[in-house]
Amino acid sequence: MTISTIAANAGDIDRRLLMDRSVPGRKAFTVPESDVSEQALPDAGMLRDDVELPEVSQLEVIRYFSVLSQLNFSIDTNFYPLGSCTMKYNPKINDELSNLPGLADIHPLQPDETVQGAIRLLKNLQDDLGEITGLPGVSLAPLAGAQGEYAGLLITRAYHDARNDSERVVAIVPDSAHGTNPASAAMAGLEVATVRSDDQGNVDVENLRELADSRTAVFMLTIPSTLGLFEPNILEITKIVHDAGGLVYADGANLNALLGIVKLGDLGVDICHSNLHKTFSTPHGGGGPGSGPVMVSDELAKFLPKPVAEKTGDGYVLATPEQSIGPINGFHGSFSIAARAYAYIRALGLEGMQSVSENAVISANYIQARLKDKYDLAADRYCMHETVLSATRQKKRGVAGLDIAKRLLDFGIHAPTMYFPMIVDEALMVEPTESESKETLDHFIAVMRQIDDEIDSAPELVLDAPHDLPVTRLDEATAARKPVLRWTAEE
Amino acid sequence: MHSSVNTSANHPYIPSTDSERAEMLGVIGVDSLDGLLGDIPPEQRHPKLNLAPGLSEQELSAEFGAIAAENASSSSGYISFLGAGSYNHYIPSTVRSILQRGEFVTAYTPYQPEAAQGTLQVAFEFQTVICQLTGMEVANAGMYDGPTAFAEACLMAARVTKRTKIGVLASADSRLPATLLAYSKYQAIEIVSIDSQATEIPDDLACIGIQSPNFFGEIEDVERLTDLAHANGALSVVHVNPIALGLFRPPGDFDVDIVTAEGQPLGVPMAFGGPYVGLFACKKAHVRQVPGRIIGRTIDTKGRTGYALTLQTREQHIRRERATSNICTSTQLIGLMVTVYAATLGKQGIKDLANLCYQKAHYAASEIDRLDGFSVDSTGAYFHEFVITCPDSPSKINAALLDEKIIGGLDISDRSDNGMLVAVTETSSRADIDRFVAALSKIGAAS
Repeated sequence: MTISTIAANAGDIDRRLLMDRSVPGRKAFTVPESDVSEQALPDAGMLRDDVELPEVSQLEVIRYFSVLSQLNFSIDTNFYPLGSCTMKYNPKINDELSNLPGLADIHPLQPDETVQGAIRLLKNLQDDLGEITGLPGVSLAPLAGAQGEYAGLLITRAYHDARNDSERVVAIVPDSAHGTNPASAAMAGLEVATVRSDDQGNVDVENLRELADSRTAVFMLTIPSTLGLFEPNILEITKIVHDAGGLVYADGANLNALLGIVKLGDLGVDICHSNLHKTFSTPHGGGGPGSGPVMVSDELAKFLPKPVAEKTGDGYVLATPEQSIGPINGFHGSFSIAARAYAYIRALGLEGMQSVSENAVISANYIQARLKDKYDLAADRYCMHETVLSATRQKKRGVAGLDIAKRLLDFGIHAPTMYFPMIVDEALMVEPTESESKETLDHFIAVMRQIDDEIDSAPELVLDAPHDLPVTRLDEATAARKPVLRWTAEE
Repeated sequence: MHSSVNTSANHPYIPSTDSERAEMLGVIGVDSLDGLLGDIPPEQRHPKLNLAPGLSEQELSAEFGAIAAENASSSSGYISFLGAGSYNHYIPSTVRSILQRGEFVTAYTPYQPEAAQGTLQVAFEFQTVICQLTGMEVANAGMYDGPTAFAEACLMAARVTKRTKIGVLASADSRLPATLLAYSKYQAIEIVSIDSQATEIPDDLACIGIQSPNFFGEIEDVERLTDLAHANGALSVVHVNPIALGLFRPPGDFDVDIVTAEGQPLGVPMAFGGPYVGLFACKKAHVRQVPGRIIGRTIDTKGRTGYALTLQTREQHIRRERATSNICTSTQLIGLMVTVYAATLGKQGIKDLANLCYQKAHYAASEIDRLDGFSVDSTGAYFHEFVITCPDSPSKINAALLDEKIIGGLDISDRSDNGMLVAVTETSSRADIDRFVAALSKIGAAS
């Protein structure tokens, strides 16, 4: 791409890629001179010519990435009512503490006696997560929610195998479930059976009763559900699954609703995971790194993935549970993410933790109460930490949920989660979190009402949105049909 | 059961005041939080929670200072010769500085591309950098870490070839087949070990998984092994060290099908093992079998260039149980660090750095090889690390080294008699290396 096409295309923002800014001979960094005697290089036939990387100055590096950052919405700069993603404030002190010398610069294979502080931190976080969920066996190894979920399914399989009950190969998953649930089940070699939701958004208990049998390995339930609802029949549901010999796995994506309100272990849940990047405030990073600790009942703790931090008479050690499903990645999990989550829990303490869920639930219900005359609800009852609106009325007037979501961007508000859960037409899933003030909620409510008005008064404002962002809507179909996935020299 | 939760105290992370809460509850039409919790069984509601009281920021900092002080690291005067998948490299100020940008740090996955062009363009740059380093045609936006990227690559090879037997070189880090096992245990996949010198392989292999430099730091003959794989209808999957690619010919030169790597050496702190980022690149022909996020370039309604997630029909949120993987993340923030690192080092820097690491490791090896009782087992072209045979058990030697504030190499006596895997990067000064060698000499003489 040439500079002239960029200038014509991109308005004021210089979107040229690094390679298009590269000037032979420029540099942003000097590698020190060698201070050892010269060592002979191997055979020239093994060596490569230059690596084609950019040649830019240090200022150009800083300015390029700084300007790019300004093209983003983020929690630091925008309200982000993205349902199921729990876009809460990410405390700055947590980033700072996780980068302390002594934490950021320790090697994963150092002897335990040289990393006592690090293992103590992991043990304390394990204990806190076990306490919060009521599932005391904890491994922090999983690197993301989906990996925590997969670890949970491996634990399920190990449990049944250990009982010589290996005909259990079915995972029952609600039709409202997140896509990772069936994807992880398939990876764990399980067949997926879908249980219906009833007209209130609850699990259809009779349908579950039909499905649960001697082939049931596990029932995977998101609590609260992806509709933001607490399952009122939860005790009956866990009993049905247990009576059939299966385990109950709780997807902890929505744990932010439950802190101090109810413990999953008290409900008959056997296994859950938690996304530290949701409930426990670690940054989403534009799409990771996450962390997805897996929590289990005492009975299942022996199957946890390695390592598990333990306290012994001599101090702290990284241990391998006796019938561990083994390692599921390279080292010990996302340590510096765990450090942030631990800092968050310590800063909040008991009262703060309870206050998180109380405020998250009240804020979501407040938005729901003030928008339900304009927008349909997926279920007309009190929600937990998020509310699922349905733009069906707006759709009849010619504007889709997608358009409303895009129009919100013009007001500096990130779009809600759209078209999920899939069982709701034109779903707009709104999760305000406890971090946002009432003024912010009121502004969001006012904007949502204004957009509803615009559908009649100025529909093009909604249909063509966003108007004021670095780009308008993108041609994603062409992107997929003719993929351009990297810079190449002059096209 | 508690009748209600007392949360009158405001916290710096939670803005709502008592009166605002009361006002919101009034609009909702309930008296208290419990009015909203009717679906939760009352006996299980508001359990006792055994958590410590909250800390002020100042108290929290003090506690973390104490935790960090219990660990031995370069900041407390230790020098270390551990590698084996995680390496101590200098992290330039540009990386640390850009990592402070909250607009990157606190953004979500770019599902709304109009509001995430920064993240998306960085990811496109990342894909470009990974292609340039590896010499491959396409790359994804990042995986969890190196071993999971390798495991996913082997499973992708099984999908592409419709075969179920996966070969992994015996010289690879045991974490690679172990992670592959965790990913494939219930998928009717068989993992077999292949010798680096093999001239024949089973004719039903999906791929040969090759680590080069291997676990022992040695460069494998990727070209010969790839030809061997192809002659048997298998793919070659090569797990590289990205810094080594500044010096050695890249897999793209040898017709390799899939390349993976641990991205940590490219500007990411060791941080006790994570978070890191897995690098994943392959031939363009296989792009629709790739796991994870991929970013593509396109145009907006006004014809302007923009970037968006693409080829999403491979992914779990669309394809559910038929997805190429359950992964949802690209480990984007670590990908940002890698991208800024690559931009900072640039064409000359990556070459200079790889050469410097090579020089230091070979210098350290030559010095250790002179010591009585020690020998260097690695020969030829090794990178970053090498194997020494110690006169006594490496665990004893390491214990003695620790007294001198030296964290020795990795004890690999399970794979090589009295073997220690020693890693040396540009962060070890000659003085550090000489101190290590002198300590080995002293300990060796005493054993």
